[in-house]
Amino acid sequence: MHDSTIAISILWGFLFIYSIMGSIDFGAGFWSMVFSKKNPQAASLANRFLSPSWEVTNVFLVLLVVALVGFFPRAAYLLGTLLLVPVSLVLVLLLFRSSFMVYAYSVQRKVRSLRLVSGITGVLIPGLLVSVLPITLGGFIHSEGGYPQLRYAELLASPSLYAYLGFGIATELFLSALFLSDFSRQAGDESTYRHYRTLAVYAGPLAMLLAVVATFTMNEEARWMVNRMREQGGWFMLSAAAFLAGYVSLWIKRKGRLGWPRLAFIFVVIQFALASYAYGKAHMPYIVYPYLTVDEGITNHPMFISLLWGYAVGTVILLPVFVLFWWLFLKDKRYLQAE
Amino acid sequence: MDSVMLARSLFGSSMAFHIIFATLGVGLPFMIVMAEIVYQIKKDRDYAIMAKRWTKCQAILLGVGIPSGTMVGVMLSLLWPGFMEIVGQVIALPFQIEIWAFLLEALFMSIYVYAADRLPPALRIASVTFVALGASASAVLITDAHAWMNTPQGFRLENGKVVDIDPWAAVFNPSLPTTATHVLVSAYVLGAFAVVSVAAAKLLGRKRPERERQYHRKGLVLSLAIGGVMSLLTALNGHETAQMLHHYQPEKLAAAEGLFETQAFAPLAIGGFTDKESRTIRGAIEIPWALSFLAGNRFDTVVKGLNDFPVEEWPPLFVHTLFNLMVGIGSLLILVSIGSLVFRFVKKKEFPRWLLGGLICTGPLALIGIETGWIFSCTGRQPWTIYHIQSTASAATQSENLGILFVLFIGLFVFMLVVTALVLRYHFRRHPVTPEMLEAG
Repeated sequence: MHDSTIAISILWGFLFIYSIMGSIDFGAGFWSMVFSKKNPQAASLANRFLSPSWEVTNVFLVLLVVALVGFFPRAAYLLGTLLLVPVSLVLVLLLFRSSFMVYAYSVQRKVRSLRLVSGITGVLIPGLLVSVLPITLGGFIHSEGGYPQLRYAELLASPSLYAYLGFGIATELFLSALFLSDFSRQAGDESTYRHYRTLAVYAGPLAMLLAVVATFTMNEEARWMVNRMREQGGWFMLSAAAFLAGYVSLWIKRKGRLGWPRLAFIFVVIQFALASYAYGKAHMPYIVYPYLTVDEGITNHPMFISLLWGYAVGTVILLPVFVLFWWLFLKDKRYLQAE
Repeated sequence: MDSVMLARSLFGSSMAFHIIFATLGVGLPFMIVMAEIVYQIKKDRDYAIMAKRWTKCQAILLGVGIPSGTMVGVMLSLLWPGFMEIVGQVIALPFQIEIWAFLLEALFMSIYVYAADRLPPALRIASVTFVALGASASAVLITDAHAWMNTPQGFRLENGKVVDIDPWAAVFNPSLPTTATHVLVSAYVLGAFAVVSVAAAKLLGRKRPERERQYHRKGLVLSLAIGGVMSLLTALNGHETAQMLHHYQPEKLAAAEGLFETQAFAPLAIGGFTDKESRTIRGAIEIPWALSFLAGNRFDTVVKGLNDFPVEEWPPLFVHTLFNLMVGIGSLLILVSIGSLVFRFVKKKEFPRWLLGGLICTGPLALIGIETGWIFSCTGRQPWTIYHIQSTASAATQSENLGILFVLFIGLFVFMLVVTALVLRYHFRRHPVTPEMLEAG
């Protein structure tokens, strides 16, 4: 295999992991805000997951950026130039989100308004991150004097942007609700489980619907992508099947209880893996269409090899720590059921 | 301002903001480990309480430090795409390894904070040690990229293309050991003096019960001792850093010292202002021969002056003042910490009120020292981003819209500083130390 194929696959892996972790993280923050008054138990459960995990999730965002710059330095150049404003906006939201979340843990007064800031800024971040995708499809980029620039007016007038934005937010809400229903089942809190399950039942079809809408709105600016995606129809079908299997799992009766959230969550993760693989395959070999392909963007061979070693050694060293972390915060009943 | 200047201002102010949280984020975990160790040795609960309260403070600071670090990391690509293109090809490794250090820190921070009561004591100390280790390793690795910008190696630039790449040679560039040590020990200085400031302020309050005063006195002595040792180490290492400059970046040393004529037996200029027109330094106290000795350990060492370099490659001359501030503050901190400890243990007297008043200032001073040090090191490298290889102008973004972003971010930083200060104040007012000590028995 070419260096560029391996590198883009690793990058895809990180992107996939972060899209799941980030969705759960920001979604959980949003739910904890929404339910802080109406259903404090559901809110506190979301916070119980969030407080030890948000830092770790945030590291994966940095990991994504570092891996992009490391493997594809020229892509960093191009994307950095194109995405200055949208990404700066994400950064500002991120700063508000994390700091106000921590403030809310530390200050007993005005908790609700602090949560409001972190919840609302948080819910927007995945949407904005996903809306980077239509930009890489090339429709809004124009070369001026040799420098590609983003046409903001065109971008803002495009339905595609809003479809992606909506899709990003809907998947975030779906994934986080589904994850939290599994988390509350683990914690043995059935009423909270039913609460999050209902949310997942509503958010799931909405996310699917917006995914389809987003694809069709691309017809105008990125017909090439729509055609390529059609070629990957089989993978998308499989992905839809995984969604259905996951959705149905929410109705399975097991040990007298409604739904099997663990199974549902696993199926939905598989759904996202399949869909994002198919999307990525359709996107190949372009990082930014038609300005940059993976082969043009890839770093030199010695650096590539060193990076591979770095990732391999780092993963092996940290794996036991991740297992410990998982056991302490996602498995240990003493933590899950603490009052 | 042109767009390069705007990019520099935006990035510089973001860094200046992040450095506050990043440096405390390296210094405080070190202090927490020290408190945990002293607790194990002396079996005095007060030190465990210190560790716990500093950890809370660290958690609040991380709430800002982590996103602001993410911010400057991403901003590197946004504002310096030309630079990052070379970075990605030559010095990507420390950034990548830093991620693992960062993960180590984040994972163990959560374990230490949220699972401490479920862990055996040994694992508890291990976890906080890993937090400190992760934080310090991150600092070293990021500093590595900075060191490489000053002493680049591991590649050649041929017709604008990067060739002959050796990633590990880039990582182990010549200024890494001195620069990384400097950043690390100075971060411990800040961590220690931040504690000194708070403890001194608490001891100045008149109405505190004696038991609480005891607690703060212990904190003050511990942090003064660590701060004294670390600032002494910073100074010793600073001397090596100057010699490194003499060897690798002579124009930076010349600008730092306001030296124009190349000469042996060069004097050390303290204070004063360098004048570009007359090429002299005015109003400075000059110590004969001292600069030559500092640069090469011999009085007849020839130190290069700015006149040997083309004017367009001179760093801005105000770096002389930044350099003086950094060195001055560092020296002052050594004297103050040693002086205070002598007062307490040799003369066996209580800390007098005037001394406590002075000690309150040490934390902010240490922070100013660190900020001026960073600004000196980065501004002193101008007009280069990568020393003698890539100019700052060719590293910067071609994007417009920077002006609005600059104003927006400055407002944001000021707001964040105020809110964070208020949150810290509010939290520790609501959770005073006395009930915690009573609870611990």
